Amino acid sequence: MNWFTKTFSSTVGRKIVMSITGLFLCSFLVVHLIGNLQLFKDDGGEAFNIYSHFMATNPIIRTMEIVLVLGFLFHIYDAIVLTRKNKAARPIGYADSRPQENSTWSSRNMGLLGTVILVFLIIHLWNFFVPARFGGLDGVVIENVEYDNLYLKVVQSFDIWWYVAIYVISMVALAYHLIHGFQSAFQSLGLDHKKYTPFIQKFGYAFSVIVCAGFAVIPLYFFFLK
Amino acid sequence: MAGSNPNAKPMDLTLKVWRQKNKDAAGQLVTYPVKGISPDMSFLEMMDVLNENLLRSGEDPIAFDHDCREGICGACSLHINGRPHGPERGTTTCQLHMRHFKDGDTITIEPWRAAAFPVHKDLVVDRSAFDRIQQAGGYVSVNTGGVPDANEIPIPKTIADKAFDAATCIQCGACVAACKNASAILFVSAKVSQLALLPQGKVERQTRVENMVAQMEIEGFGACSNTGACAAECPVGISLENINMLRREYISAKATSENF
Repeated sequence: MNWFTKTFSSTVGRKIVMSITGLFLCSFLVVHLIGNLQLFKDDGGEAFNIYSHFMATNPIIRTMEIVLVLGFLFHIYDAIVLTRKNKAARPIGYADSRPQENSTWSSRNMGLLGTVILVFLIIHLWNFFVPARFGGLDGVVIENVEYDNLYLKVVQSFDIWWYVAIYVISMVALAYHLIHGFQSAFQSLGLDHKKYTPFIQKFGYAFSVIVCAGFAVIPLYFFFLK
Repeated sequence: MAGSNPNAKPMDLTLKVWRQKNKDAAGQLVTYPVKGISPDMSFLEMMDVLNENLLRSGEDPIAFDHDCREGICGACSLHINGRPHGPERGTTTCQLHMRHFKDGDTITIEPWRAAAFPVHKDLVVDRSAFDRIQQAGGYVSVNTGGVPDANEIPIPKTIADKAFDAATCIQCGACVAACKNASAILFVSAKVSQLALLPQGKVERQTRVENMVAQMEIEGFGACSNTGACAAECPVGISLENINMLRREYISAKATSENF
């Protein structure tokens, strides 16, 4: 192994990868949410359909899509490697254990929360991304140009109660994942100082709640108000 | 007993203690009643009472680590009622007193649980993994010759304080015992920070963090999930700041050292 692979295969190094990919995925959430807010426009989905067409065809977005996939893959791969190492580090557990006395629930269950998010991601991609990118959506004409009607797919999907429930529950899991993950990512990079760490912690909490609430409101809005 | 409280009522307790003959044997929790425990006793004195009872009845006494019994040596361990060193914060098992328990309580006593800390016998675990990590880099080079003057090297007060705080680590292993991943990073980071902060530690600064982290990996400790359990359970209050300092040291060393 050379110095580079040695560095990033240590537990300290893998957590650096976890934190950089995690923060990158957080930036993706912001972009995704801002784009999705166009669903609230009362224009029969015109703005959203034009936007989703742009996202599916713009070369810069398509390149970033590859980076995004790599971000997910590295985050998930290192999570699996670290979880296996962590389990192996304590083959025999305690008969009596009171972790609630010394740590938060979300900090101890990042793997479980991450798995919920991964299952959600697969469902979500299968339902929206796959038809949007590889065909299977109805067409709609906006100002003499034909677009894929992804908006209609959104309306149809969020008319199903259990589908809405999956989304809301997954966003709660994501919120807990981020409440620990956001500030933890800065720690894993060694970015910790009493000058700014309290801000990062508060900002991370607000970020997690606002972003996830923003996503969760969309299916609820369509189910109850559309 | 000098200083004892004459009104303190003796307690009857039920102990569930991990018994394991040797490192290869399978262990189990065994239940023992103990009677007439004074609230003024330390937890280890209570264990001594139980062991005397066991000796009198011809049974093998329970093996547990202890040495100074005044909270400074780091020998005592014990996972008591689900927490390293028991329910009191900032307290080693030897400094934990029975007044923190009630008459009729059931107390579960287990050894530290980690692959890197194999159980020797009963409640005694082998913590020599810590020694090997320390040997990998937890030292400084000093010149032989005349004794240098005290305070010859100027060190800012804030830095000296931080280094001293890190140096209070007694290597008991409660951080490993508390961590859901059995990570040793609080211990390793205390040693790295203590020496990296001081001018005397600058010579080995880069190789120290690289070698100590490498040894920590070899010993089979888990990764740090930043749960903060280690610092919360640490009997001497080693801070999480040390872990983040270790990471800065690690990143800086990996980016700039001559080690390939």
